[in-house]
Amino acid sequence: MASIADTAVTTAPRPARGPFMRFVVRLVREKPLGAVCAAIFMLFLFCGIFADVLAPYGMNQISPLNRLKPPSLQYPFGTDNLGRDMLSRCLYGAQLSVIIGFCAAGLATIISVVLGILTGYLGGKFDLVTQRFVDAWMSFPDLIILIVVVSVLGPGMPQIIATLGLLLGIAGSRIIRSAVVSVRENMYVHAAQSTGASTFRILWRHILPNVMPPVIVLFTTRLGVVILIESGLSFLGLGVPPPAPTWGGMLSGAGRTFMYQGPWLALAPGLCLTVVVYATNMFGDALRDLLDPRMRGSR
Amino acid sequence: MQAYIARRLLALIPTLFFASLIVFVTVRLIPGDIIDLMLSSNDISAGKKSREQLEMALGLDQPMYLQYFRWIYAILIQGDFGKSLWQNTPVAEQLLVRLPITFELGALALLVALAVAIPIGVYSAIRQDSAGDYVARSFSILMLSVPSFWVGTMVMVFPSIWWGWSPDVKFVPFSQDPLRNLGQMAIPAIILGCALSAVTMRLTRTMMLEVLRQDYVRTAWAKGLDEKLVVVRHALRNALIPVVTLIGLQAPLLIGGAVILEQIFVIPGMGLLLLDAVSQRDYPIITGVFLIVGVAVMVINLIVDLSYGVLDPKVRYR
Repeated sequence: MASIADTAVTTAPRPARGPFMRFVVRLVREKPLGAVCAAIFMLFLFCGIFADVLAPYGMNQISPLNRLKPPSLQYPFGTDNLGRDMLSRCLYGAQLSVIIGFCAAGLATIISVVLGILTGYLGGKFDLVTQRFVDAWMSFPDLIILIVVVSVLGPGMPQIIATLGLLLGIAGSRIIRSAVVSVRENMYVHAAQSTGASTFRILWRHILPNVMPPVIVLFTTRLGVVILIESGLSFLGLGVPPPAPTWGGMLSGAGRTFMYQGPWLALAPGLCLTVVVYATNMFGDALRDLLDPRMRGSR
Repeated sequence: MQAYIARRLLALIPTLFFASLIVFVTVRLIPGDIIDLMLSSNDISAGKKSREQLEMALGLDQPMYLQYFRWIYAILIQGDFGKSLWQNTPVAEQLLVRLPITFELGALALLVALAVAIPIGVYSAIRQDSAGDYVARSFSILMLSVPSFWVGTMVMVFPSIWWGWSPDVKFVPFSQDPLRNLGQMAIPAIILGCALSAVTMRLTRTMMLEVLRQDYVRTAWAKGLDEKLVVVRHALRNALIPVVTLIGLQAPLLIGGAVILEQIFVIPGMGLLLLDAVSQRDYPIITGVFLIVGVAVMVINLIVDLSYGVLDPKVRYR
């Protein structure tokens, strides 16, 4: 008897990797481009987090002797009209994008999950009224709502994060709601209901874990959207106020008039934005295909 | 069909009510007093007026619910959006002049988006998983990731450095000189259209793939029909129906994108009106633009839904 038990254990060799490593291997094998973009995304995170260490100069360190220097070994991205190093400013710009991106996308995801789970699971009149509200909310362009809010509150990071979070959170609740509606009718939910589990327990233990894949995907896709909208707002001069080095802000304002003398001023911030948003989107796409096959091809 | 239209119109009423509430609450209830802001920053529009006069002009001296009813009553019954604090002209007048310009930019951008998206989407679907499909799909995500204000900036800067040419930014209305007007609108419309084409392309591809697997398409192939006929007449016509809905969903993106491009190319549409109003803290204009944009998007969605009913008989009877 003992020998049978022994062989049963030894013939099932467990892979030594945890679920995370297995996922990484799957990503590299099935979505090579997604994996490359994931690496770029990690690089962006790294640059954002360690901007203070990586940046060769201060973000607002002015050097009048080195005004409008083209890209060189000393200044890989050139310098702007005040002699500030563009590479350093782009690195600090990454930091701002990381902070705003993660806070706003995180807030948006939390709002989407709470609203989506409540409306999807409870249904009824509450759902009906909320859905009409979401309809109305989604009729307003994100940028217009932001511009109006900033016009009342004044520009600044906290209000941008709060507004973007609320904005995308309400819109995204639809995606979570539809996932909840399809999970709600599963046998295990009915079983939990019939054993008298509380609504909170059902939502927390049965619904939430089963809608996690779309939640993760929602977070990554929101990240790209947040970075793009924030840069648009900064470009209009309504984002984080200068001299904070936002990527969008670097493309507008005073720097704009000097672009004709130093065209590299127009290149670096835009290129950073495009590469980061592209990598985030591709990574999000790959995640969606691997985690949540039902959502494939949708956006 | 009539019942469908009636149902759709009825469903619009609560949505419109919520929209007006969102506009009202956003502008009035947000912490931070508009008047304080106007007075403290020594506004041009606030300069000559006292606190009480400003409160009167904005109607802030009354209880909140009364303010809401007075505001919505004036708009619904008299079409009165209030007066601009800065120019002292009716806001409705300004909106009427600016709305068609943004509309033109949006419509042109939409045309560009469809002209780019549908052929590439169809190609991507009939050559699924080929190198071309892969390139097309990566390209579409790239279009989604390039900020339109960056492209706009580069179009302003680089041609002028290389060839001494820059886009014409002295706006001419369509009614005055249609050709020159279209020439001015072309570049922003192409930039906006390319950004929008990404999502449409992906949807066209997905829908084409689904339709191409249908029995009637297999029958068409089996009959020995030409590839062009099968793809265009049998598959594409059915695949495009959901794409029509997407146009409605993209309306907010179109208007949002137009704001930035209007600012770069100095096109005096709703976006530029809003941005100017924000810098002058002209709240009646801000409120007016905010509301009109939301209502415009809802009307576009209504039209899309109704045309959907015409295009797809299945929808009417649901």
